[in-house]
Amino acid sequence: MHQDSVKTSQSSADDLITAQQLFCERDDRVLFSNLEFSLRRGQVLQIKGSNGTGKTTLLRIICGLNQGYEGELNWQGEPMAEHLESFYGELLYIGHRVGVNKVLTPLENLRWSAGLQGPVSEEQLYQALADVGLRGFEESACGSLSAGQQQRVALARLLLSPATLWALDEPFTTLDVSGVALLEKLLAEHAGRGGAVLVTTHHALQVPDLKVLNLG
Amino acid sequence: MVETAAQTSTAQAFLATLKRDLLIAYKRKNDMVNPFMFFLIVATLFPIGISPEPERLSEIAAGVLWISALLASLLAMDNLYRADYEDGSLEQLLLSPHPLYFMVLAKNIAHWLVSGLPVVLVSPLIAYMLSLPEGSFGVLFLTLLLGTPVLSLLGSIGVALTVGLGSRGLILAMITLPMCVPVLIAGTLAVEQTQNGASLMGFLAIEAAMLLAALTLAPLASAAALRISVN
Repeated sequence: MHQDSVKTSQSSADDLITAQQLFCERDDRVLFSNLEFSLRRGQVLQIKGSNGTGKTTLLRIICGLNQGYEGELNWQGEPMAEHLESFYGELLYIGHRVGVNKVLTPLENLRWSAGLQGPVSEEQLYQALADVGLRGFEESACGSLSAGQQQRVALARLLLSPATLWALDEPFTTLDVSGVALLEKLLAEHAGRGGAVLVTTHHALQVPDLKVLNLG
Repeated sequence: MVETAAQTSTAQAFLATLKRDLLIAYKRKNDMVNPFMFFLIVATLFPIGISPEPERLSEIAAGVLWISALLASLLAMDNLYRADYEDGSLEQLLLSPHPLYFMVLAKNIAHWLVSGLPVVLVSPLIAYMLSLPEGSFGVLFLTLLLGTPVLSLLGSIGVALTVGLGSRGLILAMITLPMCVPVLIAGTLAVEQTQNGASLMGFLAIEAAMLLAALTLAPLASAAALRISVN
C-alpha cells in the first residue's frame, strides 16, 4: 500500500490499529482493563474468550459503535475519534446481526451495501453471490433463506468492499463446513493482499500468521 | 480489492439509501397502506361522531384533517428505523464513510414519500367530505404539503431515540407530539385566518421556515440519537 500518513513515535509504520490501556465495565463488572494490542496489515487478530467476557463489546468499541470505554484507540497512529471518516472508509463491519434486510433480495441488499461502500458492476454482484454459493438465490427474498444463507449474503460484501480492515463478529456461527472453509480462505487471502482482519470466534481458525487476543 | 480503494460519493450513497427504502416500502405494501387507511378512517369518524351538518363540520374540517395527518404520520413512524435496527442494517449505515446527516435525510425523504405524500394528495377529497369552504382547499393542500415533511423529520428524532428500547408504547408519542404542536397550530391557523381574509403568504412563509429549519437541524438530531441508540 502506498499510504504515507504521519506516524507517532510509539507505533510502527504498518500498524492500522493500536489500543492502549483499554478499560471497559458493564453493569459494575469490569470486562477488561489495561488491554493493549495492535493490528498490522497482513494480520488476522482473533478475539477469544468465554461467553460474556466482552468480545463483541470490544469489537463494537473498536468500530466506534460503543462509546462506553476508557483508554486510547489509534487508527494509523492517529486518535481514532478524530479520524472517523478515513477509518470508516477503510472499515467493513459484519456484526452479530448481519445487516441483511429480509424483504429485499440478496442482490438488492448487496446493491445497497455497494452504494455505501464502493461502486461495483452488476456482473461483480452476481459473481460475488455465486462465489459465496448463492447462485440461483439472487432474486429470492432474504427472509426465505436460511440463517446460514443470510450469513453468506453478508459475506458476499467481503468480496465487493474496498475496505482494508474487516471486523467480523462471530461470522462462523451459522455457516456449514464448506462455508467455514470459504470464509477461512477469504480471511487468508485478504491478509495476503495486505488487509487486516479482526474476528471474534471460538472456532479454531486455520489461518497463517494468526494473532490471538484472549479476554479471560 | 485492497489496492483499489474506490469509494462511492455521498450523492451516490444518498440515492442508494433512498432507493432501498422506497423498494422496501413497495415490497411491504401493508406498511405503506396502513397510515393512509388510518388517515381516512379517523377523518371519516368525525362527521359520524360530531354531526353531519355542513356548518359545524366546515368549522372543524381543517383541524380534523391536520390531526388525522399527524396521527397517521405517528403511526407510520415506527417503521422508519425499527427493521434496520433489528437486522443490523442500521449499524451498516452508521459505519458508512458518508455523513450520517445525508443518510438519515434520505431515509426521512423516502418515509415521507411513502406515508406523508399520499395523505397530502387525498386531503382535498376528505376536505370536500367535511364541507371545508371551497376557497380553503388550496390553502389546506399547501400547508399540508409543507407541514407533513416537518412531521416526518421531527418524528424521526423520536424514533431514533426510542428504537433501542424494548417496549416503546406511548413514549414515542410523548416525545414527538409536543414537537409537532407548532406545525399543527400554523397549519390550522392558516386555513382559518385566510377564510377571514388574512394573506396566505405569511402563513406559508412560517411553514416554509419550519420546514427549512427541520430539514437542516432534525436529521442532525436523528443522527446523534441513532448513535446513542446502537451504543
